[in-house]
Amino acid sequence: MMLIDVHAHFFPERSLRADWRAYNASRLKAGERIGVTMHVTSTLGTFGRTSPTYFPSRADIVYGNDFSLALERQHPDRIRGYACVNPNYTDHAVAEVARCRAAGMIGIKLAASRRANDPLLDPVCEVAQKHGLPILHHIWQGRRRDWPGQEASDGVELCQLARRHPDVSFILAHIGGGGDWRHTLAVVGPYRNVYLDLSGSGVDGGMLEACCKAVGVHRLMWGSDMTMETGWGKLRYLEHLLPAAELESVAWKNAVRIFPPGSFPSD
Amino acid sequence: MRIDVNTFLGAYPYARVPGTSPAALLAAMSRVAIDEAWVTHLPGLFWRDPTEGNSWLYDTCRASPQLQPVPAVHPGLAHWQDVLNEAVEHRAAAVRCDPGCFGLEPAGPELRVLAASCAAVGLPLMMAVRLEDGRQRHPNDVTPELQPAAVRALIRSDADLRLVVTHADRAFVEEVHFGSTPAEAGRIWWDICWIWGPPEDHLAILVETVGVERFVFGTGQPLRIPETSVAKLDLLDLSPEQRARVESGNVLDALRPR
Repeated sequence: MMLIDVHAHFFPERSLRADWRAYNASRLKAGERIGVTMHVTSTLGTFGRTSPTYFPSRADIVYGNDFSLALERQHPDRIRGYACVNPNYTDHAVAEVARCRAAGMIGIKLAASRRANDPLLDPVCEVAQKHGLPILHHIWQGRRRDWPGQEASDGVELCQLARRHPDVSFILAHIGGGGDWRHTLAVVGPYRNVYLDLSGSGVDGGMLEACCKAVGVHRLMWGSDMTMETGWGKLRYLEHLLPAAELESVAWKNAVRIFPPGSFPSD
Repeated sequence: MRIDVNTFLGAYPYARVPGTSPAALLAAMSRVAIDEAWVTHLPGLFWRDPTEGNSWLYDTCRASPQLQPVPAVHPGLAHWQDVLNEAVEHRAAAVRCDPGCFGLEPAGPELRVLAASCAAVGLPLMMAVRLEDGRQRHPNDVTPELQPAAVRALIRSDADLRLVVTHADRAFVEEVHFGSTPAEAGRIWWDICWIWGPPEDHLAILVETVGVERFVFGTGQPLRIPETSVAKLDLLDLSPEQRARVESGNVLDALRPR
């Protein structure tokens, strides 16, 4: 069975992690053991070294995306990239998406530089539609206050953006990544262009059943984010929970459906 | 053999959680090849007298030999010594006291007396750092998390105390382990459920720096799906002997009642 990790990260040399090489090697090694066919990665600038992780500067955006592109070239059978952009630099963001798409990237990553329902995200969504790219959007599940270091959005705010751009596919990031996932599930149901990625360290009992009930298996995507053992644990649980055909939808078929044609080897 | 030292039965007050019945726990254990589970009555932890769930727990475990009771003891209640003696009589695997849930000072006089009494009767004392991710808790759930300083203080309070700490992350483990003497650190066991695997590799680092003998298999089910802890071990490069120590050997060698 193919397995696409729609939420992966590798760290570049110019980041705050001295162990970046070991970290990246560990992700690839664990991926081999789990059976990950493709890591779809985003690099958030320098992850805080020369601009904040969630507010990357233009220079860091370019540096990070170039790093992702280099990874793609280095591991063409294992790695694909999202173009990470900061919508506060609107023209730069739009141009960067076009540049990265031309170089082979298959999606857009929006982290937390601007609230998801902000009009500044509209030009990014328009360029996503133009190139047929899905947008992976960092989400705080049920944000009840502002958190330091990010202008985090929650499911309600992402769905407002999704309503304005019904022809763009949005991947709501890491349902297990912190906050109250029930808050998210209560809102996403009617938004057919919003998909849930199952990544994050959270492995709450009942979460996966609730995700299936809220949006159906055809809007769920497997991912790991920072913890691959939780991703594998959830995959194993889904093997028990779902029939084989539905498991394949979550593992890779849903991703193949929303990423540009030819993004993955089986296309 | 795989022993899960960190499981619960019964409803969680802050969210609807499936799989909280004995039959469901046994089915989950079968699904992920867990041979034995140490079990606590979950709703009791939130009752004014947490020990009121213990009799149901004993009855349930008596009916299912794969389940070993870990009854609650509240050292702030007058009858706590009777509860501890009852645990010994029922051959409990350990007793648990979660000071944050019970409104007790984590290393205060009540906990120190309980620690000494557990040591005297040869029962390990179990405590959880947390039950849920702090970022997602119910607004009314303001239970303080267990702090490393409290664990260090408790393990120093009695030379025979054995502590099992669940739901701790890497930083917590390191702060306690390297903030204790080797003799003190050698009387603490950590369940692996909250320690990250790759690519952060926290568990792999801890096995190397703290030692495989300090870790026991735990899941936190049904609040957490048990598959994750098994996957975590499957992603570790452990020898069969090391893996066996985590999965059951450390419990069988060092944590059985004395």
